[in-house]
Amino acid sequence: MKFTYIVQSLLDGLLLGGVYSLVAVGLTLIFGVMKVINFAHGALMMLGMYSTYWAFALLHIDPYASILITIPLLFIVGVCFQKFLINPIIDAPEHNQLLLTLGVSLFLENLVVFLWSPNYRIVRTPYEFVYFYFGDLSISLLRFLAFCIAMLVALVVYLVLTKTDLGKAIRAATEEPRGALLMGINVRRIYWITFGIGAACAGVSGAAITPFFPVYPTVGGIFVITAFMVVVLGGMGSVIGAFVGGLIIGMADSVGGLFFPGAMKHLISFVIFILILLFRPTGLIGGTK
Amino acid sequence: MHEQQQRQGYLSRGLSRRKWLIVGLIFIGLHFLPWTLAPQYVHILIMIFLFTIMGQGWNILGGYAGQFSFGHALFFGLGAYTSTLMFIHWGLSPWIGMFFSCFIGIMMGLFIGYLSFRYGLTGPFFALIMLAFAEIFHMISISWKAVGAALGLLIPLKGTSFVFMQFIDKKPFYFITLWMMVGSLYLIWRIEKTRMGLYFLAVREDSDAAGALGVNAFRYKMIAMMISAGLTSIGGTIYAQYLLYIDPDITFGVLNSVEIMIRPIIGGPGTVLGPLLGSLVLTPLAEFTRLVFQSYSGVYLMIYGMILVAVIIFLPDGLIGFAKGIINKAQRKVP
Repeated sequence: MKFTYIVQSLLDGLLLGGVYSLVAVGLTLIFGVMKVINFAHGALMMLGMYSTYWAFALLHIDPYASILITIPLLFIVGVCFQKFLINPIIDAPEHNQLLLTLGVSLFLENLVVFLWSPNYRIVRTPYEFVYFYFGDLSISLLRFLAFCIAMLVALVVYLVLTKTDLGKAIRAATEEPRGALLMGINVRRIYWITFGIGAACAGVSGAAITPFFPVYPTVGGIFVITAFMVVVLGGMGSVIGAFVGGLIIGMADSVGGLFFPGAMKHLISFVIFILILLFRPTGLIGGTK
Repeated sequence: MHEQQQRQGYLSRGLSRRKWLIVGLIFIGLHFLPWTLAPQYVHILIMIFLFTIMGQGWNILGGYAGQFSFGHALFFGLGAYTSTLMFIHWGLSPWIGMFFSCFIGIMMGLFIGYLSFRYGLTGPFFALIMLAFAEIFHMISISWKAVGAALGLLIPLKGTSFVFMQFIDKKPFYFITLWMMVGSLYLIWRIEKTRMGLYFLAVREDSDAAGALGVNAFRYKMIAMMISAGLTSIGGTIYAQYLLYIDPDITFGVLNSVEIMIRPIIGGPGTVLGPLLGSLVLTPLAEFTRLVFQSYSGVYLMIYGMILVAVIIFLPDGLIGFAKGIINKAQRKVP
């Protein structure tokens, strides 16, 4: 096997890993603040993909421009999700919240099957076959753009968390909800804002991959399991961990694809996931457990 | 009076004679049912019983011992594939294959249990590790040619034969699943009343406190895992023999894990009758909506999702908790 194959697949993995990172940032943010493992994250991502698809198919909006629609849309969906479904059981045992989000994901995915059929839908753009070449290596423009968008949004989320008052409040609510409440932070408000941001992250990652990824109702399933692995790898609740973990898992999947046939390509990342869960459940970076 | 009732509930192993009589009559009555019903209804009853067996399997680990598993499809699939492969390659009777299925399921359960419980993985972490193992087997079964890859395995039909657990008629399966379900109900009911059952509850409520009082939490989680894995694997074998076809998605798929765990959760986790009640409600629902909305096969999952959300928010103790609440209220009003 040629060396360039490995470099090429690492590069591809890195680019897709950026998207995994963004999905996982949303997931880890929600987990960090509310201790809710959001199984419906993939379904939210799928909604982001469909909103991009419909904006393209019906209104002829460029998939990258429609991200500006997807962000507020998914933010609102996330806020409603938190306010009406998660909030009533926020103090219930952890597994109840997990099951609730599972129920929501079953509902959303099959609602989409019901409304728009389980068929694959593809967004065709005039620039879909643009590639850049560096010697033997090639980079697809679409994947590169998806990577850049994901990085940009993740950076914005990170800056909001570290540089603004809202971010400070979110971090306070993550560390010590009761203390935050005593300091005059409206923790309930922080909860729905965080869920909205998390959902918007999922939506943007969905929108960013739509130009090169088929859109179908259960598409979120692949990403949500990958995002779990990323979050566990990086450390539950750690945004930087999710960021780094996404890139690692992306590359692991991609290299796995070289050595194992077809569906087995995720094997390496699953093994990493299980080893991390067993030997270092707090993750590489170390989050809140 | 009330206190005495409660003590009886925990300590006595028997029901009153009248209750035994009612249960016995229902059990005998169920034996006449398949002759009075059309085959498609017998099919629904078989599915109800089958999912109750596996629901009990999930229940002992998730409901009683409090270790929520998101990947019971793993044991189901191992059970289905083990007996089927043994039957296809060696002509081994599935009745014997069932024991091997059970054995392999238990071994896998002990392996995962040993790895996760030793490191104190609980709650969502345990749920995810089960999911990950189920997914690994899903990937392997999709890619490995020797086990039929993505096409799955067709079990050769030998005609009606007790030895090969194959029947053209549905009635024999009705009786097999009925007896096994009653057996599983009896098993869980007995376990609930023993010291072990109470230890499971102690581990569920507070593993550390139970440990401080001398309950070996690790050991009891492992025992719960064994029973759970065994029952679910047996369910997998019977399912394979009943449908005569298995593929990676219907065995190791995530949706199958959901199917197995959703019944005890909706019926009432940690109760003997919860899985049965959940199965009685959900199985016919799934089968009927599949018939009504043929082209939209996902509709029943949409309804599952809605019921799951509603039950979690409004009835955290499941349907059985709801029913008990009503009965208690009625009893309180009477005197």
